[in-house]
Amino acid sequence: MQVPAQFEYEVAGSVDEAIGLLKRYGPESRLLAGGHSLIPMMKLRLAFPEVLIDIHELDGDLRYVREEDGALRVGALARHRDLLESPVVQERYTLLADAEKFIADPLVRNMGTVGGSFAHADPSEDLPAAFIALGSEVLARGPRGERTIAVEDLAVGPFETALEPDEILIEARVPSAPQGSSYFKVERRAGDYASAALGVALWMSGDEIEEARIGMCSVGSTTLRARGAEEVLEGQRPDGELYRRAAERAAEECDPPDDARGTPEYKRDLVRVLLVRALEQAVDRGAP
Amino acid sequence: MRIQVNVNGESREAEVEPRLLLVHFIRDTLGLTGTHWGCDTSNCGACTVHLDGEPVKSCTVLAVRANGHDVTTIEGISSGADLSLLQQGFSKEHGLQCGFCTPGMIMTATALLKSTPRPSEDEIREAISGNLCRCTGYQYIIRSIEWAARQGAPTQVEVMP
Repeated sequence: MQVPAQFEYEVAGSVDEAIGLLKRYGPESRLLAGGHSLIPMMKLRLAFPEVLIDIHELDGDLRYVREEDGALRVGALARHRDLLESPVVQERYTLLADAEKFIADPLVRNMGTVGGSFAHADPSEDLPAAFIALGSEVLARGPRGERTIAVEDLAVGPFETALEPDEILIEARVPSAPQGSSYFKVERRAGDYASAALGVALWMSGDEIEEARIGMCSVGSTTLRARGAEEVLEGQRPDGELYRRAAERAAEECDPPDDARGTPEYKRDLVRVLLVRALEQAVDRGAP
Repeated sequence: MRIQVNVNGESREAEVEPRLLLVHFIRDTLGLTGTHWGCDTSNCGACTVHLDGEPVKSCTVLAVRANGHDVTTIEGISSGADLSLLQQGFSKEHGLQCGFCTPGMIMTATALLKSTPRPSEDEIREAISGNLCRCTGYQYIIRSIEWAARQGAPTQVEVMP
């Protein structure tokens, strides 16, 4: 029987109370949202926080998916299912829905949260890669006020973030909808973490790619932004030769671990193939 | 910590350790052994129950998280010999062999038919993708759910005005 080690349990009734509890208990305390990554790690003694601060009662403040003034705002307690089922996400931020279809299974998606997938900082987590591709930032709040962090700067190592121990994630923000976007993933079993996965979003100016963003997961010690591949694409007209050059560049930019999900060479090859497919689909979707 | 959980419409109270998992609270504290405890890693879905009406894997939820909330287990979806349509479907269409996954399958399918009364085969396959069965090859489970959907749903497709 797998049971977590003992811990103290607190329930926060407001965001301010959660921050106060984090401040009081210090770095050995953790926020508990959906718990579908943290509790399995606690069962395996890979994580052993002394205090869990349960924030599920903050749904009223932090569970939302809405578009305001052309920007998408996703509350930290939005469930994976909320993103997948959101009409505005399906229509205008399509790669998020693409990515969600691959994440675990419907039961897990009922509990797992968007904020949790950022704060957990698993290098194999799909959502941060998808949000990197959308040029997103997250809003964090702590005793010293609020700050925004680009999603690609949030994870600083495996399971390690730039958040201070007393900061809580409030929401993820996508500043503007791309014309086309796409997310591709290769997994060994349905619902598993990726051997390699990536998302791409394109903002077009006429028939040229004005801005391209690419996020990748499972191919480095954090989720990654492929800046070099983005530069290959920007200012160019979409075509197959361009996609292949960008994909070659993205494969150079990643540093995949050698593990049960494949060798580094195999994963680099996946990046080459998946980026071409994702670009083709993103361009198709963005075509007027 | 003292918790109060509405289980199958009945208020249940107990003193529990914060680390107690919901599946063990249901089985060991309350004695409701219809909910099965399987892989313990949120993969197999044998422990599926409804938390506030949504199917979740109770091996990955703390019992204290359910404090003040509604939990429905397989014991709560029918009374005695009156089987629910889904239970009848699993019986008529041979939706089980060893039966270990069945309570979880039925809890997941119950939530599916509530939100999607006439699901397509693809929708059924997607809905039960978090519930593993090692006996049936799933085909009979899908037929069982389709059987229940046929009994419970109107015979004519409703057209929106």
